[in-house]
Amino acid sequence: MPSADTNAMTSDLALVMAIRSGDQGAMTGLYDRYSSIVYSVALRVLQDTGAAEDVLQDIFMQLWRNPGAFDASRGKLAAWLAVIARNRAIDALRRRRPENDIEDAVVPIEHDLASEADRSRTMDRVRGALQAMPAPQRSALEMAYFEGLPHSEIAEKTGEPLGTIKTRIRAGLLSLRKVLAT
Amino acid sequence: MSVHEEFAEDLALYALGSLDGAERQALERHLEGCASCIRELELLRGDLSLLALTTAGPKPPARARQRLLSAIANEPRLPVAQAAPAFPRRQRSWWPALGWAAAAALTLLCIGLLRQNSTLQQDVASPREQFTDQGSKLEQANEVVATLLDPEAQKIELVASGSKPQPRGKAIYQRRNRNLIFFASNLPPLPADKIYELWLFPANGAAPVAAGLFKPDARGSATVVNPPLPEGEEAKNFAVTLEPESGSHESPRGTPVIVGVGE
Repeated sequence: MPSADTNAMTSDLALVMAIRSGDQGAMTGLYDRYSSIVYSVALRVLQDTGAAEDVLQDIFMQLWRNPGAFDASRGKLAAWLAVIARNRAIDALRRRRPENDIEDAVVPIEHDLASEADRSRTMDRVRGALQAMPAPQRSALEMAYFEGLPHSEIAEKTGEPLGTIKTRIRAGLLSLRKVLAT
Repeated sequence: MSVHEEFAEDLALYALGSLDGAERQALERHLEGCASCIRELELLRGDLSLLALTTAGPKPPARARQRLLSAIANEPRLPVAQAAPAFPRRQRSWWPALGWAAAAALTLLCIGLLRQNSTLQQDVASPREQFTDQGSKLEQANEVVATLLDPEAQKIELVASGSKPQPRGKAIYQRRNRNLIFFASNLPPLPADKIYELWLFPANGAAPVAAGLFKPDARGSATVVNPPLPEGEEAKNFAVTLEPESGSHESPRGTPVIVGVGE
């Protein structure tokens, strides 16, 4: 019997394959399934509903125009879309031309994200790991990821040495991995 | 393999897109030839995607959905796939009418094969070459799948001049992973209450194994992708029979329509 993970992945692939055939219904299905993720990430980065809607529209239109950009080797669709949303939102935040084409995003991921329940469980663990981090560590990680700040700017903003910022960010990521590995 | 400690912090920053200047250049030079650091970078990117997924916010407003639907309606890309059901789920299915479900299954198969190929290459190819190679092969596989199973694609069989197209089939079988792809063409239309059945004939002479029931389309074409098969069965041959639609399909009862001739 195929696992839930396989089913969800296939179902996502089936949607993308249908979109490749120009199936607008499949596009709606994909939007209904993942628009919340894309919008949430964009809103978290941009803090502006209008700008987040623009990112949302931009990403799904790109998928409509170029559904071949996603294949399973790029990772699970939920994670892939979340990363694209983050990258696009950072580009918008910094008012620069998109630097990350959706075709370039590869998100290898081994964790259970097949169903909403799987995602929710994994996310609870990640949130738990974030909460358990010392505040300066969490803050440095979030500034880098959700604000797209180079480490030099984070150092400037926090008044901490560059080396400290580097160490905090790595330590934050390591503790995240440790929680996910248990 | 473990990550080079002197690059560990920079790798984390690089994965975040927060590394710039000379440090970025130095790391990129190192990544050109370091498989363990590339692997670590992949893991970091995977971890970071989970960070993105933790953002729980409000749903987008209804107007955003309407905006997208209007935009795609104004930008039709290709004709809608004919007779394609809305969203079938994957199964190890043998029903050929689900053209794009078969495409999805076949895509999975290609990806699986290419991943294995990539794993085998891991220790012999340089990391960059390996990723580039894998990417281009996947792209190629996707294109092949899309073309093979596109309902709009013209399927024209070439035969000796003046001769009538005959029923034909091609089975591609990978015993190790129980993967089977079967294409048939020019099959006669099915009589009422009949159905075609594909059979695997084991190399050890055991009874034929059912490998999928199918109905061809109006042009006599059919596809069977990954029917349920026993593990490790070595095949001597494949055949298609015409069977009564009802009743048991565990052993051939009907007449052979096409039979394999070996490689």
